[in-house]
Amino acid sequence: MKRFIADNGSVIVLLALCAYYSVVTLGEQHPNTPAAGQEVAAAILQDSSEQVTVVVITRDTVQDRAYSEAVRAAIQTGGGTVLAVVNGAPTDARLALEQVGGAFNRVDAIATNHSASRWGPLKPQKLKATADKFPGISGIKVFKPQSYTWPSFLTRENLVNVINQNAVIAIIAIGMTLVIITAGIDLSVGSLLALCGVTTAVAIQQMAGGADAGTIGLLGACLIGTGVCTLCGVFNGVMVTWFRVPAFVVTLAMMMVARGLALIVAVQYQSALLGGGTEGTPEAVKIEAAAFGWLGNGATFGIPNPILLMLALYGLAHITMTKTSIGRYIYAVGGNPEAARLSGVPVFGVLILVYAICGAMAGLAGIVDASRFEGGRPNAGEMYELQVIAAVVVGGTSLAGGEGRIFGTLVGAMIIAVIQNGLNMAGVASYEQKCVFGGLILAAVLLDRFKRK
Amino acid sequence: MRGVDKSFPGVHALKNVDLNVEAGDVLALIGENGAGKSTLIKVLGGAHRPDSGVIEIDGRPIEILTPQDSQRAGIGIIYQEFNLIPAMTVRENIFLGQEPGRVSIVPAGKERRRARELFDRIGVALDPDALVRDLTVAQQQIVEIAKALSLDSRIIVMDEPSAALSPREVEGLFRIVNELKSQGIGIVYVSHRLDEIFAICNHVTVLRDGAYVDSKPIGALTRDTLIELMVGRKLENEFPKRAVAKSVQTDDHEVRSGLTVRNLVGGPKVRDISFNVRRGEIVALTGLVGAGRTETARLIFGADKREAGTITLDGKELRIKSPRDAIAAGICLLTEDRKGQGLILNQSVLENFGLPNLARFTGGGLIQQKRERNAFQTYVEQLQIKVSGPNQPAGNLSGGNQQKVVLAKWLERDAEVIIFDEPTRGIDVGAKFEIYRLMHRLVEQGKAILMISSELPEVLGMADRIIVLHAGRVTGEIDDVKLATQESIMDLAVK
Repeated sequence: MKRFIADNGSVIVLLALCAYYSVVTLGEQHPNTPAAGQEVAAAILQDSSEQVTVVVITRDTVQDRAYSEAVRAAIQTGGGTVLAVVNGAPTDARLALEQVGGAFNRVDAIATNHSASRWGPLKPQKLKATADKFPGISGIKVFKPQSYTWPSFLTRENLVNVINQNAVIAIIAIGMTLVIITAGIDLSVGSLLALCGVTTAVAIQQMAGGADAGTIGLLGACLIGTGVCTLCGVFNGVMVTWFRVPAFVVTLAMMMVARGLALIVAVQYQSALLGGGTEGTPEAVKIEAAAFGWLGNGATFGIPNPILLMLALYGLAHITMTKTSIGRYIYAVGGNPEAARLSGVPVFGVLILVYAICGAMAGLAGIVDASRFEGGRPNAGEMYELQVIAAVVVGGTSLAGGEGRIFGTLVGAMIIAVIQNGLNMAGVASYEQKCVFGGLILAAVLLDRFKRK
Repeated sequence: MRGVDKSFPGVHALKNVDLNVEAGDVLALIGENGAGKSTLIKVLGGAHRPDSGVIEIDGRPIEILTPQDSQRAGIGIIYQEFNLIPAMTVRENIFLGQEPGRVSIVPAGKERRRARELFDRIGVALDPDALVRDLTVAQQQIVEIAKALSLDSRIIVMDEPSAALSPREVEGLFRIVNELKSQGIGIVYVSHRLDEIFAICNHVTVLRDGAYVDSKPIGALTRDTLIELMVGRKLENEFPKRAVAKSVQTDDHEVRSGLTVRNLVGGPKVRDISFNVRRGEIVALTGLVGAGRTETARLIFGADKREAGTITLDGKELRIKSPRDAIAAGICLLTEDRKGQGLILNQSVLENFGLPNLARFTGGGLIQQKRERNAFQTYVEQLQIKVSGPNQPAGNLSGGNQQKVVLAKWLERDAEVIIFDEPTRGIDVGAKFEIYRLMHRLVEQGKAILMISSELPEVLGMADRIIVLHAGRVTGEIDDVKLATQESIMDLAVK
């Protein structure tokens, strides 16, 4: 039991955090989904046996539109009539009610949701007053989805959102875990992310045909972007091994160089767009190929693509680290490079590979970022290196090298994501969040220290 | 110390151990690896808390919970790994922690004087202002002793103090020990070298498997009875007998010629070395510390850069640029420094075992852990490795078992040439015997063994031929070991 707790400390912390936020965010939930709309429609149809006449009233938001559309469709298939669909403000609701109240002599129901049901025109006494003037709506009833008590943290929507927003960090953290297991560090990942995003964007716009880019063109552009980052990683690795420059210094230099390059490429691209005469601005390089957004914003089987990519990469990395020679070599180099070398491990090769993988992961993350924002942002990923290192360390990987688990890092990344999400939900401002955050990282690592004793 | 008991998770490290040192007495604390000597020392030094038992000084019971308690009680401990700060001077190291106050200026002159006094007390001359990193190991040891004396220690514990010293430096250590003895300081001397124990100790306390075995005055013991006490059974001979006659001679000279090294040059220590090791033969490479023995082995193995020279195996020249090349060619090296170079201490014994052999256990890109485990298990049985399981971290094993794990990993490689660098350093008598037997088995299978050793009895007992180095060159080769003596080897080594 004690062993179990020690081995799975970070998982337990993650679960405890989730439980805590679930309790804290416990409250009334007001469903506003198409599924809820269908339930409301069913209730209306059941309530009156004859040809039912309905007015649908909601706010003008994407979700509300989807909801009201679902209600409308369900009423019509059920044999009822939808007299009006209002997606707007309370005034629109009042006008619509007055109109149907005057035009028809019997309006049975208003289908609405929680937010719109609190509008003035829909309140019972106001409704009654309107009905006095427009007798058509005198028998009208208000229907809305059933509310229930549930933690807003623990909704599918929120959880998917939390993971999706941190997928980029989690992907980079795979590479960082490998580097830290070899007792190294890579500060350049945030900048490499931006460099990859910008390079890929420019490649799509100028080489793959911009808005008309085909799948192969897009893939080729992504390959160029990640390739550049992988080469930067190889460079880091060569410096660390052959030239014996400390990893901290090499990757600090690379962090600045790569950021600079990303900005240079972006600025020159913008300047070229304006005819080359004027100075460009460090704006995002806009990607016009619509298909490119699929990776960052699309979903497969209802799960956002960045999450699927992240999970696939974690699975692959886990197998590599636990079941292949190269994984063993990486741990061996971190545990004792000299003993590893004398056992025939190609230590330099392993280190270069590890930095190359880290660069490639930063590149992949850069593509996800570019896809999500539909443009290569030269300022993307600032301070990501620190968030990523935090995720790795919280996940139980030792900065001294030789120890660490891939799934530990995933848990670490999720702990950080959940804390951030929780702080947002609790309404903590972003400056305060930074302080809380730093303290929590320290606490997580301290906990790990005590566990080891 | 009376009835000291200490358990760690899974290990009962000390079982009711007694230890008694009198003023002016040199007590040898001996036992095989894993017998509990180190744990006992750490209890004395305040690094471990005993579960039960009493520690008394001058008849008064004291409690040692921290290293500071131990110092205050007058116990000075000189661990195998020194606790010195390389970038500070001798004087600063001696008085570290004894500065008069937090913010006052350190009285350099006074400290220098006191340091000289301390060195005078033990009859050595050492510059108090020298940097510790510029000192030899023996001199650093002196600094440690002086530090213990500066704290008015009345009991000094030395853990394997001679392990890293040359024979001449060991003599110097003996002089210091005798000097301390005459000043009424009690000394606990931990060593595997029985000759030393007979040379300077008055009493012997033997531990075995964490339990107290016996205490005897040295006069009542012989070398053989002492070994018997340590291993708990009678040892017929320190060196096993070879089943087959030494040096298998075959007609096919080219194929059976084994390892040949010609005009090897590399680094400052290896100037020009040529020799050969035939298959079925154990060749000892010996000489004084610094003669270039380990460096020669590292050059052959590709661990350091070779400047000149050729290496051939069975008549075929090898292109060795890295340990990886050497391993692929069938050469392996069991390093002298097992902890630093032979093993990855925080990894499991299984992972250490598998490291050079992964290609053998890999199928379809993935490691077949079952195959790896089964292979390791056969060595656990064959070599009688004492491990709790394949997942035990290598760092938790005793020296002898660590050496066996290193051996297992190379045996699985089925190398043709095996280089043993100080194969039995820090290993107890019982495990030593097993390693010797294994070396015999290997040469019987037609392997070539190159053994580096500073222990002349080991060289004489095990080798078929002896090659003596001095200052990076071969100064002598003894083909008939029967004619060799320790004196004749030393004669060549100092040439």
